[in-house]
Amino acid sequence: MDQDPQFQKSRRGFLGGLGATAAGLTLAQAGSARAQATPDPAITEIQDWNRYLGDGVAANPYGKPSKFEKHVVRRDVEWLTASRESSVNFTPLHALDGIITPNGLCFERHHGGSPEIDPAKHRLMINGLVDKPLVFTMEDLKRFPGRVNKVFFLECAANGGMEWKGAQLNGCQFTHGMVHNVMYTGIPLKVLLDEAGVKTNGKWIMPEGADSSAMTRSIPIEKAMQDCLVVWGMNGEALRQEQGYPLRIVVPGWEGNMWVKWLRRIEVGDQPWHHREETSKYTDLLADGRSRRFTWIMDAKSVVTSPSPQAPLKFKGPNVLSGLAWSGRGSIRRVDISIDGGKNWQTARLDGPVLPLSLTRFYVDFDWDGREMLIQSRAMDDTGYVQPTKDELRKVRGLNSIYHNNGIQTWLVRSNGETENVEIS
Amino acid sequence: MSKSRKVAGLALVAALLAAPALAGKTGLGREALPEEVAAWDIDVRPDGAGLPPGKGSVRDGEQLYLQQCASCHGEFGEGAGRWPVLVGGQGSLKSEGPEKTIGSFWPYASTTFDYIKRAMPYGNARSLSDDDVYAITAFLLNQNGLVKDDFILTKENFSKVKLPNEQAFYDDDREKAERHFWQKDPCMKNCKPDAKVIGRARMIDVTPEDGKSIKVE
Ligand code: HEC
Repeated sequence: MDQDPQFQKSRRGFLGGLGATAAGLTLAQAGSARAQATPDPAITEIQDWNRYLGDGVAANPYGKPSKFEKHVVRRDVEWLTASRESSVNFTPLHALDGIITPNGLCFERHHGGSPEIDPAKHRLMINGLVDKPLVFTMEDLKRFPGRVNKVFFLECAANGGMEWKGAQLNGCQFTHGMVHNVMYTGIPLKVLLDEAGVKTNGKWIMPEGADSSAMTRSIPIEKAMQDCLVVWGMNGEALRQEQGYPLRIVVPGWEGNMWVKWLRRIEVGDQPWHHREETSKYTDLLADGRSRRFTWIMDAKSVVTSPSPQAPLKFKGPNVLSGLAWSGRGSIRRVDISIDGGKNWQTARLDGPVLPLSLTRFYVDFDWDGREMLIQSRAMDDTGYVQPTKDELRKVRGLNSIYHNNGIQTWLVRSNGETENVEIS
Repeated sequence: MSKSRKVAGLALVAALLAAPALAGKTGLGREALPEEVAAWDIDVRPDGAGLPPGKGSVRDGEQLYLQQCASCHGEFGEGAGRWPVLVGGQGSLKSEGPEKTIGSFWPYASTTFDYIKRAMPYGNARSLSDDDVYAITAFLLNQNGLVKDDFILTKENFSKVKLPNEQAFYDDDREKAERHFWQKDPCMKNCKPDAKVIGRARMIDVTPEDGKSIKVE
């Protein structure tokens, strides 16, 4: 950093005011729209779309994004996994705004490919420690009283897992893109469990998928009864195939692996099952060689999505810094931003609904003078948990735990606007 | 329609609408048949609950493994290419490159049986018989140095097999061990010395697409 890395005081309300050097840059922009030498042909020439008829209503029975947005797609990292069917792709966070993730852009993680299931042949069974084991069709489920619509984030516990040992991937799509935020439609799991009648010794449930990995996880009955949902809808339409069509379980605030897709069975038991996804995987190996298990909750985390390596700064003067924050323990209370690598902080503006266990959008409107910046964001939730730095996390977890990396991300913005993923002292 | 009939009609609608909520159980769905439960309820727990009758030897397991598993997991469970490693890694958990296998990491043998039965071989799940799964599990335990070459794994002796890393697992204690991450007033000013860049993703360069060069106006 060759310049005073402190915030600028701006008429757009981004009040740093920490240093006296702020002056010039902000004010230079004031009221001075750029002068244009020659008339803009985008205005003076009549465009094709202005003269000729556009598409008719039959052209796109199911609408798609404009072809000019075709770069906004999920992407995968080929070297990450041995098989494309047990792999992951990433939400393009850098190109999205607001808090809802469009259905076609929600990241995918499956362990045996994404199956195409005929809903007419899909069944949900509830068995184990219940008064009466039951089987439901999709039509049965949609007749249940007590239907709800709720927004929740889903984050894979391995989101950021490549970054434990240092900065690896250039782009928040890759470092943070195993998260999405969706409004689900379905019924509380409690309604179904009550219908079957959970026996008094029923302490755990185990959702199971219908796909070729037959995914299973153990969930304590308290969580199942408290806020888990069984859902068939996302963002107003049916679940996408890759998100579990026709049915998935929603486990708010807890790691994504537990949100079993293609849900076909829920067993009630008196002990956890210790299956592969909660022993071999999704346990956190610490420096002393021991491992934490049942680390279900996703701790508070945030990331600046713009600027970021895939969304560099292109202009000096007015710019909008934007990002996302979330916590599996509750609502986001506050997000702070630093442009000097965590030395000084400024509170960002939260916009849109601030919902519990949901992505929350934040903004900082600022004037950029072309100085180098080390941008960070720090989330705080309503339990008082403050997102730690990567080094603070490494101190307690070591480098081998793969999962639950919620450390503060640093982006280096160079004076030409290029932005990259860096580790700092 | 007379006024009183109208009122009665509304009352009926209200009663109809309220009925399911009051009834407690909806009566939706139907009772699962024992054959249906048996077809799907194949899960196995560490205490042996859920194990089907059956048995299999290390020797039979080796044959089955070589035919059905070795192409991905390697002849000795070492993992072909980048497919998962199933054998070895003992003593590596504290190192820079921990190798988490059934022998070095997994806490319970039941997980091996359960997982192979539900999900392997990859792309042809549920194709193995219960005896096959016993035999392959026995073979993988043997390769990890946990049972002898002439061992026969059965429903009866299953829960006697203990994996060495079982005691190393403990329940999530973040709320205690990481208590210091809960702070009333995180520092806002002059929180640390000037930050220096000490690592760059670009130096490793494993990102699928390189950032295009850009122009600042
Ligand atoms: C076509 C390649 C392939 C074949 C053949 C195959 N597997 Fe796998 N196996 C995989 C993949 C891929 C995974 C990881 C799946 C995932 O990500 O969920 C896996 C995972 C496993 C695991 C869990 C590993 C861990 O560390 O969690 C075990 C155990 C296993 N396989 C056993 C077997 C056995 C036994 C057979 C033979 C009956 C077999 N596999 C055949 C590809 C294969």
